[in-house]
Amino acid sequence: MRRLLRGVLVLLVCAVAVGARAEDLLMARSHAQFEESMAALQQAIGAQGYTLSRVQRVDIGLTASGFTTDKYRVVFFGKPAEIRALSADHPDLIPYLPLQIAIFAEGDETLLIAANPVHLTAAYTDPELGAVFARWEQDLRAILDAVRQAE
Amino acid sequence: MNRLPRCFCFLFMLVVVGHAYAAAPDGARLYAQHCAVCHGDSGTGGVGVPLALPGFQASVDDAYLHETIRRGRPGRVMPAFTRLSAAEIDAIVGHLRGWRKNTVAPTFATTRIRGDVHKGAALFAQHCASCHGDQGQGGHGTGVTFSRPRDLPIIAPALNNPGFLAAASDSQIKATLMRGREGTPMVSFLKQGLSEQDIDALVAYVRSFAATAASAQPATAIDDEPAMLMMESPYTLEETVEAVKRAAVGKNFRLIRDQILEDGLFPAGQQNTRQVMVYFCNFKFLYDALALDPRVGLFLPCRVTVVEREGKVLVMSINPKRLSHLFNNAALDRACDEMYKLYEEILEEATL
Ligand code: HEC
Ligand code: HEC
Repeated sequence: MRRLLRGVLVLLVCAVAVGARAEDLLMARSHAQFEESMAALQQAIGAQGYTLSRVQRVDIGLTASGFTTDKYRVVFFGKPAEIRALSADHPDLIPYLPLQIAIFAEGDETLLIAANPVHLTAAYTDPELGAVFARWEQDLRAILDAVRQAE
Repeated sequence: MNRLPRCFCFLFMLVVVGHAYAAAPDGARLYAQHCAVCHGDSGTGGVGVPLALPGFQASVDDAYLHETIRRGRPGRVMPAFTRLSAAEIDAIVGHLRGWRKNTVAPTFATTRIRGDVHKGAALFAQHCASCHGDQGQGGHGTGVTFSRPRDLPIIAPALNNPGFLAAASDSQIKATLMRGREGTPMVSFLKQGLSEQDIDALVAYVRSFAATAASAQPATAIDDEPAMLMMESPYTLEETVEAVKRAAVGKNFRLIRDQILEDGLFPAGQQNTRQVMVYFCNFKFLYDALALDPRVGLFLPCRVTVVEREGKVLVMSINPKRLSHLFNNAALDRACDEMYKLYEEILEEATL
């Protein structure tokens, strides 16, 4: 039984390890136009327990440069207490705070992009942060899925 | 003790069932999950090239599609899908083929085609380099995104790419050159007046890129790059913020705004005001970067953060050199290096 248990454990570890190689960027395509997708994104951020802190325009001057769309924003959000605690304990993480998702129009559809926070694990080795990054990844995926599925 | 093994057995079964489920993968679902974001839901293209055109489907075999998905295009945006099983990849290929039920998928022999490489090089410079780049590095930008300015409706793919070279057989490349891909800028070079011998020479030349293709990989691994840049300032927080602004303006950036990190997270009055973010932008730079990869706006406009901690004032930014790794886009390397230098100079000047 002991042996079996160990065997099972090894198998489990393998199964988890295979799934562990992370994608660097999390992306989603929404069929909705930009405005609807943006509304769905803000709603999904709230539903996931985060507070929207700011919407930054990235497209100032884009149309003048020949882009036929000018709809490009970066949405910033976080959990207030968590951002405060992290910035206090890990000031070197501040350049990556708060969380962000880019959202831009592509024709009649909308693309959303987020960096996978797990890519930071190698640079910020505190195991506590590793757990935070992993949770953020799950939350970002849930937010992107919600926007993808919103009609 | 008895309970524990049972629990593991249950978990084990979950894993096994999970794998069994994966044995009958759903191509449409996998495509929607992994590919649609770049290639469009019905393969019309976007950040990635179109996949549903009959002219494309008639000129590639299933083995090519399979290998392309597995290896991706290192440095050319398309990621390698190393976590998908062979069965899952086959299911995706089946889904792509489902768009063009009337197009018979070809199969190509894997035998090498012999040709005069030197002649091929000359022909390439004359007939192909204008679109595919002088070294076969591909056109500027990627895929087809109609909302962005492009020189061509579809950007010519990189031919010196290790992912492409490993996936495409000589005979498939030859067929593409002979027949072209209808509905794309890639025309038939037989119709353009080249002989079959010329085309064999071109195939041999494209194949010769394999010798240098490995260098298309980024020189450093992402984890060799620190995540951020940080310097200590001898000035007060307020003075340092002003110094950052002056330095940015001196480097031809326009100031966008500054705000504190906790803006929008806590009500005014309860915010920690000793963490200030300064945003600035250079529109030409922004435009050039977005033309290379529409996704990089995620890290724009530029931002430097000034923080006061236990009497010390720290100035910091992200490290842009990590970005081309994240985006798998070698074309961003130069822009990111440039951005790195600018950040470094601004941080240095502000703390001088
Ligand atoms: C007018 C621009 C243009 C010229 C000139 C051109 N190509 Fe292309 N080529 C393209 C485009 C665009 C595609 C992608 C077509 C598609 O989306 O299926 C392509 C596809 C290809 C492919 C398939 C690549 C892949 O990833 O599937 C090969 C091989 C190729 N071209 C080789 C050549 C060679 C060799 C020449 C010169 C004889 C040449 N091309 C000239 C635009 C061009
Ligand atoms: C992040 C964006 C992105 C994702 C995700 C992506 N691709 Fe691509 N794909 C591209 C780009 C960009 C190219 C063209 C590379 C170049 O220009 O050199 C490409 C090229 C290809 C090609 C070669 C086309 C040709 O002309 O020969 C195939 C086939 C392909 N992708 C299939 C897929 C499939 C299937 C998936 C999902 C499993 C996928 N891609 C996911 C961006 C992407």
